Amino acid sequence: MKQKNKKNASLAKLTQQLLAIDDSLTGCMRCGLCQAVCPVYGVTLKEADVSRGKIALLENMAYEMLKDADGLSERLDRCLLCGSCQTNCPSGVNTIEIFLHARQLLAEYKGLSGVKKIIFRFILPHPKLMSFFVAVAGRLQRFFRRKANKNMGMFEFPLLRPFAGKRHFQPLAAKTFSAKYGKINTSAAKSGIKIAFFPGCVPDKLFVRVAEASLKVFEKHDVGVFMPDTMVCCGIPNLVSGDYTSFKRLVKINLDLLSQAEFDYLVSPCATCVSSIKENWFRFRKDFTDGERLQIEKIHDKTVDITEFLVDVLNVDFTQSANAGCTRRVTYHDSCHLKKTLGIFAQPRKILKNLSGLEFVEMPEADRCCGSGGSFTLTQHALANKIGQRKRNNAVSVKPDIVAAACPACMLQLMDMLSQNGDNVEVKHVVELYAEQLTVNS
Amino acid sequence: MNINLIKEFMAIVGREHVFTDEADRQAYSYDAAVLTPQTPALVVMPETGEQLGKTVKLAYANGLPVTVRGAGSNLSGAVIPSSADSVVILTCRLNRIIEINEDDLYAVVEPGVVTSVFAEAVSARGLFYPPDPGSQTVSTLGGNVALNAGGLRGLKYGVTKDYLMGMEFFDCNGNLIKTGSRTVKCVTGYNLSGMMLGSEGTLGIFSQLILKLVPPPKASKAMMAVYDDIAAASETVAAIIAAHIIPCTLEILDRKCIKYVEMHTKAGLPVDAAAILLIEVDGSHIQAVEDDANKVTDLCRKCGAADIRMAKDADEKNRLWEARRNALPALARARPTTVLEDATVPRSKVPAMVAEINRIALKHNLEIGTFGHAGDGNLHPVILCDRRNKEEFRRVEDAVDEIFDSALKLQGTLSGEHGIGMAKAKWMEKETNRATVDFSKKLRLAIDPEYLFNAGKKIL
Repeated sequence: MKQKNKKNASLAKLTQQLLAIDDSLTGCMRCGLCQAVCPVYGVTLKEADVSRGKIALLENMAYEMLKDADGLSERLDRCLLCGSCQTNCPSGVNTIEIFLHARQLLAEYKGLSGVKKIIFRFILPHPKLMSFFVAVAGRLQRFFRRKANKNMGMFEFPLLRPFAGKRHFQPLAAKTFSAKYGKINTSAAKSGIKIAFFPGCVPDKLFVRVAEASLKVFEKHDVGVFMPDTMVCCGIPNLVSGDYTSFKRLVKINLDLLSQAEFDYLVSPCATCVSSIKENWFRFRKDFTDGERLQIEKIHDKTVDITEFLVDVLNVDFTQSANAGCTRRVTYHDSCHLKKTLGIFAQPRKILKNLSGLEFVEMPEADRCCGSGGSFTLTQHALANKIGQRKRNNAVSVKPDIVAAACPACMLQLMDMLSQNGDNVEVKHVVELYAEQLTVNS
Repeated sequence: MNINLIKEFMAIVGREHVFTDEADRQAYSYDAAVLTPQTPALVVMPETGEQLGKTVKLAYANGLPVTVRGAGSNLSGAVIPSSADSVVILTCRLNRIIEINEDDLYAVVEPGVVTSVFAEAVSARGLFYPPDPGSQTVSTLGGNVALNAGGLRGLKYGVTKDYLMGMEFFDCNGNLIKTGSRTVKCVTGYNLSGMMLGSEGTLGIFSQLILKLVPPPKASKAMMAVYDDIAAASETVAAIIAAHIIPCTLEILDRKCIKYVEMHTKAGLPVDAAAILLIEVDGSHIQAVEDDANKVTDLCRKCGAADIRMAKDADEKNRLWEARRNALPALARARPTTVLEDATVPRSKVPAMVAEINRIALKHNLEIGTFGHAGDGNLHPVILCDRRNKEEFRRVEDAVDEIFDSALKLQGTLSGEHGIGMAKAKWMEKETNRATVDFSKKLRLAIDPEYLFNAGKKIL
């Protein structure tokens, strides 16, 4: 009885909190145009999976017409937060903000799952601990993996099936990027530009080659680099799961580390990290101390994606790169966080079109979400797979040798999808392709 | 709903395609009309025509009200379930293009095919399907036929009814009825396609449609004309038609609409103008299109346009159309609720209708921006409001009623392209007469004796 009362009280609190955001919900005029772009709706064709449906359900919850808070939460989780609907919305409904907020309220109502609690609150804030796990896993992985796609060097981990399905992975790096390079602090040389480098968790632990390619490019253009070796996650997984407290904690740790040096730009090869730092830290800046808020605002102005940095800040002339021998066909996947959140789509194309030895070819629906969505791919594996299949089909339809992207989370998904289809296509970060030519040059 | 009956539906379409959860069902309680939602008892998502027929039969035999739903993008409440015991049947998985015939210029499709997906597939084969309702990126062809959808190209290319050659549909007993054919000419039996067209789900459930295709125009030319007086804009429209030029699109934006678009886009639109006309001519011969465009420019000038801009290339054309494309987004952002109407009058009455709309807006103290298809007299007054404000929304409802009244007085019609649905059903008699409504009712009851097909819509 007592428990039931408690549950009712928290339900009442939830509806009240939702009613407080009613102003942002009511902007949805139910036109349904989000159906045209929503990757989840694209595979399920279910109205509860598209933003119009989700917003209607949130409104119904706020007005106590919907009683099933858990059902609402389940449906809200079936969203990649890719922002396609927001970009396409005639009435400009800020869906990302609505869904982030709603997930936070529902997480408070339901509580976080045990696994998420451990990851968000104990592992992510401790980079050394995380690196230790990665190192152990790196050593042990060969005992648990099974070759899945020889051409692409991809493996499957049967023991992980309950969590990750039949996902194909590339092997973990023997040593994380930060462990290999430690703290970096080089002075702004000829370029006069000093950057803070935020490699992001995936390049640090899995795609070390992407982080290394970035360093090589900075070196080539005489850019001074500052990188603390204990940077933590940007906080996006916590935020999308509604765990606002641990999100704030991660932001605070990073802010403290970033305050140790002066820099002109904060650069990352991870579109998700860039959008998280530039948009999400900024979005919630009012909940931080005055000093932190000022720092977040400054960082907001300084944060750039690596392709944007190369094209718009350094004005690199890519046509000067050496001919890399035989010509390879490359196509490009627009990451949602890059194109829809930050409006960056011309810069990576400019690089790919100008690098010699590459023939650029546009794939159909290049800016349709790949289905990764970070943790979405783990929690909604079946959906992610179906969405990814469409991306894979679009990509291979132009017969590329390489699929390029500028977000490691998308790269993971692209590699998995191509590998599962038995394709033999390389997946590379745009900066890797540029760095490769620098090698050929020297 | 009885669990055994639910299991029967599941047996037809598969367990995962029957939605019983409260949250799933509530997502089918509304469409794009600003009306009171109604949650259905069950939602069923068949994948094949056979499953569709069995679903209809099972629902009807058990006395369940049936509402068929495509994208749910209509603006008349046509797919809001009739009552709490309704079954919603979704057509979205019936989305196969069965045939595109380039020799005989037709296509056969299932009802759930999305309009723009179809138009692109047709275009990839070098042909053209002109109907382009505003919701074409999501709307389904079945929905387009059920509501006889229009669009920007109505004046020259007609609307959905001009492209429907035939169909197959299920009657209330789940029997498959066939009408029309793949031929240009066909007089076999009653023209049942004509009857089903615009029937808003009240007579039967489509399973296949035969649609006419045409060769695409090879050239086009777009221009924008700015007016200090809306009557001059209307005279231009009349003069263009009198000169025997039929533009493929001829759109108008009124003063308030221009103001909101400019506030939203800052594209440098003339905010003191009374109206803007956007005109596009097309055809198969570049020179003929150029000549038409020049003639249209002359007519605009003669009729008193203050400024005329002709697009030189595709880029400029795109920029001209930006104003029209942004009309609804700009208006929709101004206030929480957007009530989009589609009163339609003979094209010569457009200035009188705009004046009426402005009078009604003033009377009820409401903001109404109007844009629309000047060439065919189909106007879209957009009422900006907040439906949570009950007093204001009552004024909105009064204003909508008066807009209908004015349109009818001007010898127009309640709805040019949005449909009658729930919102306008009570007005049917006013536009026609009692005998017409009675006749329609008898027809409806002969076909749907239990009155279960989309009850409460179209004909009351």
